[in-house]
Amino acid sequence: MSLLIVKNVSKAFDQNKIIDNINIELKKGEIVSLLGTSGGGKTTLFNIIAGLQTADQGQVILDGVDITGVTGKVSYMLQKDMLLPYKSVIDNVALPLVIKGMKKKEARQKALPYFKQFGLEGYENKYPTALSGGMRQRAAFLRTYLFSESVAILDEPFSALDMLTKAQLHSWYMDIMKDIKLSTLFVTHDIDEAIMLSDRIYVLSGKPGTITHEIVIREGSKKPKAFNLTPEFLSYKQQIVEALEGSLT
Amino acid sequence: MLPSPIKVVKAFVDDFPTLMLHLKVTLIEAVAGLSFGVLLGFIVAVLMDACMVLDKALHPIIILTQTVPTVAIAPLLVLWFGYDMLPKIILIVVTTFFPIAVGLLEGFKSVDKDEINLMKAMGASKLQIFIHIKLPGAMGQFFAGLKISASYAVVGAVISEWLGGFQGLGVYMTRVKNAFAFDKMFAVIFLISIVSLLVMKLVELLHRKAMPWLKEDR
Repeated sequence: MSLLIVKNVSKAFDQNKIIDNINIELKKGEIVSLLGTSGGGKTTLFNIIAGLQTADQGQVILDGVDITGVTGKVSYMLQKDMLLPYKSVIDNVALPLVIKGMKKKEARQKALPYFKQFGLEGYENKYPTALSGGMRQRAAFLRTYLFSESVAILDEPFSALDMLTKAQLHSWYMDIMKDIKLSTLFVTHDIDEAIMLSDRIYVLSGKPGTITHEIVIREGSKKPKAFNLTPEFLSYKQQIVEALEGSLT
Repeated sequence: MLPSPIKVVKAFVDDFPTLMLHLKVTLIEAVAGLSFGVLLGFIVAVLMDACMVLDKALHPIIILTQTVPTVAIAPLLVLWFGYDMLPKIILIVVTTFFPIAVGLLEGFKSVDKDEINLMKAMGASKLQIFIHIKLPGAMGQFFAGLKISASYAVVGAVISEWLGGFQGLGVYMTRVKNAFAFDKMFAVIFLISIVSLLVMKLVELLHRKAMPWLKEDR
């Protein structure tokens, strides 16, 4: 059974339909990308899944429970890391646990073992200003993970980083996902990133935005090194570019 | 009319015990007034931030309290509350709560919407959002307001003492003024400036202690 189901979701602002009849499924342990152009309703859909906006029609179902318009179930992460400058890194990361009612000390203890895995060792008691861009995103990702160990939605989390840092983070991300198996819905406009990271890709396009294509990346999480230089990669890319172009005309 | 610096220093030294006696009273008033002012400013800011209606209702009243000159209401306060400390403290509260309330309110409102959304998505309550996001986010503005309020508090105490009282630097000032002892007057003025400066320095120290994360910025 799918962990997260988005069922027939539509949303309009002032009669202006943004997304129409969206259906998405996310299975346990899967990384699924939602790929679309800017202004195509990605963020709206994202907010609906996070519970920050209500849908005009349709439902968001998590683990068989309807969570449409309910916050606190799905954790998310944005391009902006939103680490609080006045909290140490460990307190930032442990914040979701504190919000859930855990004692501060206990929350820190729970967060601490992950610092090594997330490449943040030694920075526990530093303030976020001491971290590099890549580290900040990793810290934000750890916070997201601590909030919910089952499902996360990430909205272009790596798009503010430079090419090299981004590539590094991608391989780090693929590695860590093998360990933590966080089911992830990955919102992005970067085709390469979507192919590199996902098991499956939904293409969101048109106006109002609809899911026009679903592309399965057969290699899944077992992608070889330098996968982005292989003919398979390029054929996926061509498929997606055609899908996006087709919807523009 | 303008005493030589040497005379002023001499008056300062000679009068030192008396000055300290009066300073103590003025400082007690200033600190008490500032504390209550900060408390009131904090409460007002929190209420105005939490409730739109209150924000609209209180805003004009708060502005009004600041358009009335302190010197004008001070005699009234003396008539109502006598010559003790109470009218002075009330006056200081009225002048010091404003920068705090305005600073904090600005701070609360300038908090990043996305951060609040993230907290909401994590299931945070209004109180948790306040404690983790709004309050620490408004600290910078709070201390900017506190710096202004602290200097107002000392000056406010002196002004309120001019209009009547038994002890305090303002009382002493009127007394030496009436005796045309200009050197002593300048000694008091000198002392008041020093105290104001010290109080502001203290606030700055507090600021740095309370916001240690600013250090790593540089």
